[in-house]
Amino acid sequence: MTTVAELPAGFADKVLSAQSTFRSVMDAMARPGSIQRVTASAGTPAGMMRGSAAIALTLFDHDTPIWLDAAMSATPDVARWLKFHTSAPVIADSSIASFALVGNPANLPALDHFAFGSNEYPDRSTTLILQVDSLAHGPAFELKGPGIEGTALLQAMIRPRDLFARLSINEALFPRGIDVVLVHDDVIVAIPRTTRLVASGV
Amino acid sequence: MYVAVKGGERAIENAHRLLAHERRGDRDVAEVSLAQISEQLSLGVDRVMTEGSLYDRELAALAIKQARGDMIEAIFLVRAFRATLPRFGATEPVNTGEMQVRRRISSTFKDIPGGQILGPTFDYTHRLLDPQLAEGFVPEQPLTAEALQAATPRVTDILGRDGLIEGSPQADADAPVGDLTREPLNFPADRDLRLQNLARGDEGFLLALGYSTQRGYGRNHPFAGEIRFGEVEVEFFAEDAGFAVPLGSIELTECQMVNQFKGSANEAPCFTRGYGLAFGQSERKTMSMALVDRALRARELDEEATSPAQDEEFVMSHSDNVQATGFVEHLKLPHYVDFHSELGLLRKLRQEFAEANEAPEMQEAAE
Amino acid sequence: MNAPTYNFAYLDEQTKRMIRRAILKAIAIPGYQVPFASREMPMPYGWGTGGVQVTAAILGPQDVLKVIDQGSDDTTNAISIRKFFGKTAGVETTTSTTDATVIQTRHRIPEAPLHAGQVLVYQVPIPEPLRFLEPRETETRRMHALAEYGLMHVKLYEDIARFGHIATAYAYPVKVNARYVMDPSPTPKFDNPKMDNCPALQLFGAGREKRIYAIPPYTTVVSLDFEDHPFTRYRFDAPCALCGAADSYLDEIVTDDKGGRMFVCSDTDFCEQRQAAGHHGALSAAPHKEKAHV
Repeated sequence: MTTVAELPAGFADKVLSAQSTFRSVMDAMARPGSIQRVTASAGTPAGMMRGSAAIALTLFDHDTPIWLDAAMSATPDVARWLKFHTSAPVIADSSIASFALVGNPANLPALDHFAFGSNEYPDRSTTLILQVDSLAHGPAFELKGPGIEGTALLQAMIRPRDLFARLSINEALFPRGIDVVLVHDDVIVAIPRTTRLVASGV
Repeated sequence: MYVAVKGGERAIENAHRLLAHERRGDRDVAEVSLAQISEQLSLGVDRVMTEGSLYDRELAALAIKQARGDMIEAIFLVRAFRATLPRFGATEPVNTGEMQVRRRISSTFKDIPGGQILGPTFDYTHRLLDPQLAEGFVPEQPLTAEALQAATPRVTDILGRDGLIEGSPQADADAPVGDLTREPLNFPADRDLRLQNLARGDEGFLLALGYSTQRGYGRNHPFAGEIRFGEVEVEFFAEDAGFAVPLGSIELTECQMVNQFKGSANEAPCFTRGYGLAFGQSERKTMSMALVDRALRARELDEEATSPAQDEEFVMSHSDNVQATGFVEHLKLPHYVDFHSELGLLRKLRQEFAEANEAPEMQEAAE
Repeated sequence: MNAPTYNFAYLDEQTKRMIRRAILKAIAIPGYQVPFASREMPMPYGWGTGGVQVTAAILGPQDVLKVIDQGSDDTTNAISIRKFFGKTAGVETTTSTTDATVIQTRHRIPEAPLHAGQVLVYQVPIPEPLRFLEPRETETRRMHALAEYGLMHVKLYEDIARFGHIATAYAYPVKVNARYVMDPSPTPKFDNPKMDNCPALQLFGAGREKRIYAIPPYTTVVSLDFEDHPFTRYRFDAPCALCGAADSYLDEIVTDDKGGRMFVCSDTDFCEQRQAAGHHGALSAAPHKEKAHV
């Protein structure tokens, strides 16, 4: 059993680390497909990448129920670390989660297991944080939508391989929908619900 | 030769320096102390604590002094400070039935268990200006007696025992207490949020709305079941200790209105309630609040909501005097960009009007 | 006494987190007004509390902040807000549109083109474009949910029937990303085209009304109009008396009580940069130096 003293640390400078991480996430969301780097360093429990840990420390608190996938909940480390540093409740029901932390997106549940929000309150949706194999190499995805001048090209190793096909429901659902943040190590890319795949596998 | 206006920063500094000077007033007159404000303008302090949502007499007195007696400005100062305080949780519900009562009256019974207690009140004073107060008047000591041993059960509880009034709603112990300072307000709002909004609401606004219900705009036949003022204990459930820890006691005024009855084919008729609660001695506020609370229950009690006091969105959106004064007073800020935009449009419309009507006297105005 | 202590950029971290989450949703749903638990700020509602909260939630030590009101860096409320962040966040401030990373504004969009990486934060008094047609939030929320904007078109059309023009000169409604009708805040309609396909991120904060909304960079923003009554910009038909600019939004300055008036740029930084670059208007003068009164 891990004691509090053995838990990986949070941010050394809570205020400024949260600020710089937020700006990276904000820039990522405002410029879908663009590569943003998280510079603030924090301890990471086993299974969590640096980027995911920094996002958790920046955005999670007792007002944000968190859903963990099987990879993230394989050991109690992640849940315990989240509870200690963010006070966020970890919940089993993904359909009311503010954020879902997904360590092994290959087993990502169908998107309708998460909250899409309502037409009146489309903001009441789940934001997915997916840890992926690479955000530098792999198949190319050509993206368009708000935040993108013309089109953006993302090269990434993403499982599930049909992630963008699944995300195409965002088009029919809008303004409801799912926003996604892809994480690899300390690099993040956001795919908000307005982003559309133009072509892939280039 | 025209030069653009500069020097706003110095103007602001100078204005604030002048304000500090005016606040102090004639320096030959003794400066008012926080203790004097707290002790001698205590009802003002109570109002600032209530609408400022912060129980701290000393800070409220400071706010009144800093605001030069402008109550809404003082409330604003307290609110802005309150917003920076860490929030540890919610206290246990206070038990006003156990209140150490200093004043307690009921208009619905001649006598009640524990007795009617007039206490410190303006009621039955003749409103004649008292020249004695102009200088150093020392009032007689009040009469004292042993503290009451008798219980002072709430009148609504007495009525409730016979089922003559609807039950007091029992809060779900596990449900979080709503807090409109921490979550955005959505409509329709539950009663906890409505009561919080009214407790923070402007006394004058609630007074006018409450009054309007009496005059027929959402009439609900109120009786002042009970108004009580005194001290109650505040307790906080400490997770570490595993039990509720007393934090101290505060002064509260509570008003329970007994209102027009409800009933249906499968429910025996009974009176309904309107509730008011405020820090300190704030009778006008709690009575107005109770009237408006009852009016806002129209939806829940299946009444037709036709009057302003029954309109939840209208009442809750306009009750906050800090919001209201900010937005009304923001008209002082420069608006010349929008104004000139309108000016341009208006000139154009007038010109077109003049051209269409070929009225020679319009030529000058239209340039 | 409980002596106050304040966090970096004034807001506590829990509040910043809540605002930051709202900003992310706002960016993901362009033009949709995200409800947020606006805090009581140490300046009055209606004086920029929404913009100040958004700025406080995004600002970091590397930022360079510019604050304008009516296009000017020197109006009293702009000075007051700039000082607030100078004091609580210690950030560098500037009057230069180009050098700023974060620009908080009331009622104007700067004349100089914004660039990628910049954030423009608008102070918004009434975020709901439909509010003057329908005062109830419950109703306007439903209209947005169904994208039912007929009422707005009816209002604009009634203007045309009555005045021959759409009689809205500022806070002129726009449609964002072909979905949400949005209030651009009370900027003159002259500024509306600058919002379209803008390289900078635009964030809108309404403190009293507790709403945050956004336009991501490179997003389509269309001013509502009709085919036979297309949207037009408007400016006074004169060059700036100080810098000679013929394409900037102008303030009218009344110079006497005999009908005398002149026109100068509302964007003071734009005007000063032009004068420094050698452009002159009919009435240029050396910039006025602040005098010290002791």
